[in-house]
Amino acid sequence: MSNRIFAVVTLTVALALAAVTQLIPNEYFFSAAYTVLLFVILATAWNILGGYTGYVNFGSAAFFAIGAYTTVFLYNAFRAPLPVGIVAGTLVAGVAGLGLGYLTLRLRGVFFAIASLALAVVLYIFVVNWDYVGGARGAYVLQPRDVPFGLPRYIHLIYAVQLVMAAFALVVARTIERSTLGRGLAAIRDDELAAECSGVPTLKLKIFSTMVSCALMGMAGTTFPYYLSYIEPSSAFSLSYAVNSIAMPLIGGMMSWMGPLIGAVLLGSVQQLVQVTVSSAWNLLIVGVLLVLFVTLAPNGIMGWVDAWRRRKGR
Amino acid sequence: MAAALLEVEGVTKRFGGFTALDGVDFVVRPGERVGLIGPNGSGKSTLVNCIAGTLRNEEGSIRFEGVDICGHAAHRRIRLGLARSFQIPKPFASMTVLDNLCVPLLYAARGHEKLAPGRIVEEAMRILGQVGLAGRARAMSGGLTQVDMRKLELARAMAAKPKLLISDEAMAGLSASEVDDVLALLYGLKEQGVAVIMIEHVMRAVMKFSERIAVLVAGRKIADGDPQSVVGNAEVVKAYLGE
Repeated sequence: MSNRIFAVVTLTVALALAAVTQLIPNEYFFSAAYTVLLFVILATAWNILGGYTGYVNFGSAAFFAIGAYTTVFLYNAFRAPLPVGIVAGTLVAGVAGLGLGYLTLRLRGVFFAIASLALAVVLYIFVVNWDYVGGARGAYVLQPRDVPFGLPRYIHLIYAVQLVMAAFALVVARTIERSTLGRGLAAIRDDELAAECSGVPTLKLKIFSTMVSCALMGMAGTTFPYYLSYIEPSSAFSLSYAVNSIAMPLIGGMMSWMGPLIGAVLLGSVQQLVQVTVSSAWNLLIVGVLLVLFVTLAPNGIMGWVDAWRRRKGR
Repeated sequence: MAAALLEVEGVTKRFGGFTALDGVDFVVRPGERVGLIGPNGSGKSTLVNCIAGTLRNEEGSIRFEGVDICGHAAHRRIRLGLARSFQIPKPFASMTVLDNLCVPLLYAARGHEKLAPGRIVEEAMRILGQVGLAGRARAMSGGLTQVDMRKLELARAMAAKPKLLISDEAMAGLSASEVDDVLALLYGLKEQGVAVIMIEHVMRAVMKFSERIAVLVAGRKIADGDPQSVVGNAEVVKAYLGE
């Protein structure tokens, strides 16, 4: 399927899904689905750098928070509407990603991971001390009273928006994966020196993939302040974003755009289910157990397992 | 005498207090087959790394087709036509053998040789045929045998459509008949006008292949000339066998 057809199909499916699911009477569905979709975007975004390029980013929460706090800032400053927040948050996170890439991508392997984690800590402290966006107290972002498209509540709208954004993230990921760029990124992941000696401009490609990855993470965060109408640093910078955005592609499979999608839907739904039926404290424990299971039993994730099965069958 | 393709002049490379290369001069003319030999640790690989751009030399100049390439990153050097294979094979392990070749075809060869997108795979298959890997095109490169990995390493360097190919111990550990296979391959390059620098410990291969041999010992070039005179050179014999 060509990229353009895939984009049209995916976005159409997303819009149709958004429209049809509006008929679901249970309000909780929208809140739960919003969270799962948020993870779909985060996992897909993380995978562009982590899966395609092979650089582990532990700072997902920071870029998510950059998106969220850009919305807060623009809301405080201009009462900016949601679309402005989305575009601005994506751009700001992208620029931050560009900076992170430029400063740290000369580091390899585990050193990059540590640097990305350090960035998250620095940004967290920065936001805690920045009074204008609420500091440690947190900030309120009021949902507009009038919900467009005749939707009953604002959560219906941001759920739909998140759905379309998830589709967009998937389209971006798949386009990169199938392009010359994607092949260059895969070469970097497999052997950076050999890639450079095969003509791949490794630094440029790494910076680009960091930028795109971080921009999409930021995009995921832009709707977040509206979700609860309230945001404070420890929830925006929550460890669960960093952990989940790594665990989901790992479980789903890191080689293709489908892996993070499957991982996020699976793991996200299980977490939502457990949160309601058992306890919210069990969330990360479940992630941990599943992670250990997959790393030992299916190290290439669900998609890797499917691929291997297909190859066996093909013979 | 034709103008030089590669001119290395007074190249010095230090690692901390250790001088790995000490004012090395080295010239390769278009289409020439040059052997580069020397005992372990004499700086052969360091010289290759400096030429290919994976290491930066502190002093001296490196010119390729008259252009000073000292400031060029490795990926720009290969785009100019300066390819190398690695001593320890570095396949892109998650890709098939065919995809391994597509990387340099897409990123390096396209720079100076117009290749339509549809022709990339065709061209990759042609090169795989040359090195005798056509049957393994769809295999994952991480699972190849050591011999096939070395062939892949050469094929990938060839896919960049180089004017100069540096083969860094492509034959270590190969059997006699496999050495002949690789030699035939490198002779084929000569016919296409590609210059080859061969770094090798397999003396039989170097002697047979090279039009000229340069000898590095402890970071200095101690001999440079036709194979027979180099082997007869007293200093070379001393470096290899001791006094």
